[in-house]
Amino acid sequence: MSSAGVSRWVAAGRNVPGVRIGAPAVGTSVATRALRAAIRSASIAACLLLWHLAATRHVNLGFVSFANVPSPAEVAAAAWKLLQTPKLWRHLSSSLMRVGLGFGMASLVGIVLGLLIGRWRWAHEALLAPLELLRPIPAVAWIPLAILIFPSSEGSMIYITFIGALFPILLNTIHGAESVDARLIAAARSLGTRPLRLFTEVIVPGAAPSIATGLSIGMGTCWFCLVTAEMIAGQYGIGYYTWQSYTVQDYPDIVVGMLLIGVLGLGCSALVRWGMQQLMPWHQPRRGAQ
Amino acid sequence: MNAVRLDDRQDAPAVARGGRISADRVRIELGTGAARFEALHDVSIAVEPGEFVCLLGPSGCGKSTLLGALAGHLRAAQGRLDLDGVPIAGPDPQRGLVFQHHTLFPWKTVLGNVAYGLKMKGIDRRTRECEARRMIELVGLTGFEDRYPRELSGGMQQRIEIARVLINRPRVLLMDEPFGALDALTRTRMQEMLLALWARMSTTVLFVTHDIDEALFLADRVLILSRGPGRIIEELPVLCERPRHARQLTDPQFLALKRRCLELLRDSGGAVPDREHLTPLGSALVGAS
Repeated sequence: MSSAGVSRWVAAGRNVPGVRIGAPAVGTSVATRALRAAIRSASIAACLLLWHLAATRHVNLGFVSFANVPSPAEVAAAAWKLLQTPKLWRHLSSSLMRVGLGFGMASLVGIVLGLLIGRWRWAHEALLAPLELLRPIPAVAWIPLAILIFPSSEGSMIYITFIGALFPILLNTIHGAESVDARLIAAARSLGTRPLRLFTEVIVPGAAPSIATGLSIGMGTCWFCLVTAEMIAGQYGIGYYTWQSYTVQDYPDIVVGMLLIGVLGLGCSALVRWGMQQLMPWHQPRRGAQ
Repeated sequence: MNAVRLDDRQDAPAVARGGRISADRVRIELGTGAARFEALHDVSIAVEPGEFVCLLGPSGCGKSTLLGALAGHLRAAQGRLDLDGVPIAGPDPQRGLVFQHHTLFPWKTVLGNVAYGLKMKGIDRRTRECEARRMIELVGLTGFEDRYPRELSGGMQQRIEIARVLINRPRVLLMDEPFGALDALTRTRMQEMLLALWARMSTTVLFVTHDIDEALFLADRVLILSRGPGRIIEELPVLCERPRHARQLTDPQFLALKRRCLELLRDSGGAVPDREHLTPLGSALVGAS
């Protein structure tokens, strides 16, 4: 019983009979795959070469100048130097701790509120209005007020990360809880499910694919907000390190910081996706959706 | 694929477990505001315990609506719906409902889906999984316990759906075009399997379909509904002996009944513009309760 041609379960919360989208054709030859890998590597190499040429020749186009941009070799050397200092771990652990706390709290609050708002009319009426008012305010705009509200800069940075991750998680959870198939709910009730059990047995797993999407997006915005907050309010942290490198004119370290931020963001998103996949072995995400 | 022999009605448990359905002058309205319309008009039916009754009618005639009301998902605007003399108020595992398709829990395995009803009754895991395995065997899907619904064909999903409802030993089995989405061959097999299960479990069955052959093949009695608003226009007893076989569909007696059904359905439909699709949860456009 292969799953091909059989109905699949998609994020919208419905079984839709359909074909796989963007799935690689079965039996792609080794030669084709090798060629694809070669093209990808060559493209990355070409980008590095362009960067190298622009930086070493100090290209100045008038409206944009590469005069102060460090070359790939300088960046690599700076990265190697940083790897050998204990400072790196201090920066990394500070950032990861902030993301962990902010994202963790945002997940808890977003999922619980989202489920309530999505399924319970009174929660919808009472809670959604203030949240809708706060939603258009970018998390970064909270920074000055957050610094005033929280006695420690640590608290304000965690708060900014929290706000950044909250809304994607909340809105996706609401959407997921609202769009659980009415027939599944009816079937569960006909099988003797009481209202509280209905939540744990049907609403939560039914909304889970949507929640996973929210967590994935939330993790991205979380990093974005953290780095900005650290640049302004931080002591330690990878965003702080990047900004600090600029102020002390240690230009290769700027790029090292940028690359680290990218790697960490990527790693955290992969971790979220992997975790959700473990929790939802029944779910097949649409290919190419991420 | 037939797990149950067709001729084992003899060893069916002879316990009287109830299952008498009665609907008395039931009127059901669907939709809200200006879009509100009467889906069923003054419908009265009586189904004896253990009887197999088919509701036959054109699409949009409200036959699924009546089923939804008996399942407890829709409320009657007027009239009385009883099971064994007790008014129907809300869904209950005593009245098992089988939909056309896609109502298995996609996040549960076959075993988890079938055992679900017993889990809700608070029965411990060992007992309920043991019972679920028995039900899965009964519908001929032993070996698929750990699969997820999306890994099964449409016919297999419907078998699991039926097993999931029957594990609760319902007094009444309410089926809303359960084989409507299957191909002709699978559908015939499923009909035979359903009759065999029914013979064993002696449950009352109320089966909604718009397929005349299906209704005549399965039922003790066929109730024909007309469209807009739905009401019962004819009651046809099918006095053909059991166990039944697909070849009986070409007997002169069957053909005469089929001709009668065709005439009645032709007279009842057509004149009224097609309504949106009606389901046991209301009308598809207006949305469910």
